[in-house]
Amino acid sequence: MTMSPLIQDRAAVATAVSVRNVSKTYSDGKSLIQALDDVSLDIAEGEVVCLLGASGCGKSTLLSLISGMYSTTQGTIDVGGRTIGLVFQEPALFPWLTVARNVDTAMRFRKLPKERRRERVGELLELVHLAEFADERPHQLSGGMRQRAAIARALAQDAEIMLMDEPFGALDAMTRGILHDEIERIWRESNLTVLFVTHDVREAVRLGDRVVLLSSRPGRVIETYQVDLERPRSLESAAVGDLAAEITARLRGEVRRHAVR
Amino acid sequence: MPSAELVQELDQEIVGLDQLEIPRRERRPWTGRVWDAAWPKLAAVLLVLLGWQLVVWSGWKPTYVLPPPSEVLGTLFDEVGTVSFWKAVGITMRRAAIGFAAAVVVGTVVGLAVAQSSILRRAAGSLITGLQSMPSIVWFPFAILLFQISEAAIFFVVVLGAAPAVANGLISGIDHIEPILLRAGKMLGAKGPTAWRHVVLPAALPGYLAGLKQGWAFAWRSLMAGELLVIIAAQPSIGVRLTFARELADAARLQAMMIVVLVIGIIIDGLFFGTIERTVRRNRGLLLP
Repeated sequence: MTMSPLIQDRAAVATAVSVRNVSKTYSDGKSLIQALDDVSLDIAEGEVVCLLGASGCGKSTLLSLISGMYSTTQGTIDVGGRTIGLVFQEPALFPWLTVARNVDTAMRFRKLPKERRRERVGELLELVHLAEFADERPHQLSGGMRQRAAIARALAQDAEIMLMDEPFGALDAMTRGILHDEIERIWRESNLTVLFVTHDVREAVRLGDRVVLLSSRPGRVIETYQVDLERPRSLESAAVGDLAAEITARLRGEVRRHAVR
Repeated sequence: MPSAELVQELDQEIVGLDQLEIPRRERRPWTGRVWDAAWPKLAAVLLVLLGWQLVVWSGWKPTYVLPPPSEVLGTLFDEVGTVSFWKAVGITMRRAAIGFAAAVVVGTVVGLAVAQSSILRRAAGSLITGLQSMPSIVWFPFAILLFQISEAAIFFVVVLGAAPAVANGLISGIDHIEPILLRAGKMLGAKGPTAWRHVVLPAALPGYLAGLKQGWAFAWRSLMAGELLVIIAAQPSIGVRLTFARELADAARLQAMMIVVLVIGIIIDGLFFGTIERTVRRNRGLLLP
């Protein structure tokens, strides 16, 4: 059975996220730091874009800007009024609520009717395979399970765009590999547009329809790789390895550029 | 779409991984758990009684000043059998409840106000800490001037003693919230009062509880000091009974009343606040199993 990329005909779909000439400078109290410099990026509806870069490339800053948490210094970001879910590197679940109540949070804030909320929580927990653990507290779950609960909590916002900030960075290799398969399935079932930040090149190639490479200090888009490998991909496959090696070489060159003091 | 077998394999892998990661717990019978909790405390009490008896046997003080534990415990049992004793406990506990409740209200309002306003914090933050470190007995002369020998004088000092601890507990609870939780709340759509009710306050609960517990300790101390200084004849409280025992040189009764003060303190602090605090901490995984 052959697997298609998540997006087959890019020209036919609408743009979900449009980042136009965005710069961001912020102050840490003592000095000004330019995190992003003239970044432009379009993400099509249903597309998965992996954002890759070394430290200090402003990956997380870009996510915060798209999520609307901060405003840009220059340039515009347009998500066409779509709702946005954000998953952090840490699960950031509320420790005083059960898993089910955590997933329920966004809907409770929106004051949706109780019956519908319960139904949706059940569906989402089913989706991330946590139905059995609905009444457990976050601390009773493993790291991977907590991250899945956090994903379910973000999905409960009925988000059309999912921003993920190194969501699997703190997990062991086995869990991470399984979650790659899992998240791919969730994206497809929920028809999400995804911007996935990572510093793991193989992970980016494994998951992305496109991999966008950012330079460091300030962050600029230096290269975009189209990943036309068939899904499901394996982290261990030669094709993923080859492309990852190519990107890694480019990334290392970028890091070397900063060797001058 | 991926094949059905692949999807099923993935499902199995996820369930298997979860089962491996969740530690298997077997609940021990409650008798064993109660015994584990109780025996160190029992042993400690026995050790104290033994030390006390040894001091009495050494003849350091005559027994009409320092009676042996057997005599004091005997007096205590006689006391517990009287109506007037329970009346005294009732009067003291009513004062404790009213005074502490008022302190919680004042402390919570002040704490909330200070926590959300940086100007108020700069103005009142160190004042609250200063008030907290002030020995409450220092307030009594002033309180008696203001309110004469009355319950109002006692309540005044109890509130001044306990409210700063409650306020400080709430403030530090709010200060120590992990920023990521606030960000998560904001991302999920919590704004204004919703954010306070559903994110900030629950997240600050452990600190608030610690403040309540400390506030209770201050309230209880202030109350005991007050009952020894502000003697209202018509209201024979625990403090009044302690004072009368001293005036009559009834050493056994005096010590029996001291034990009562200690036991009430332990019950409220350990059983009441301790249980609430442990439950909250356990629910949040802040307590080792």
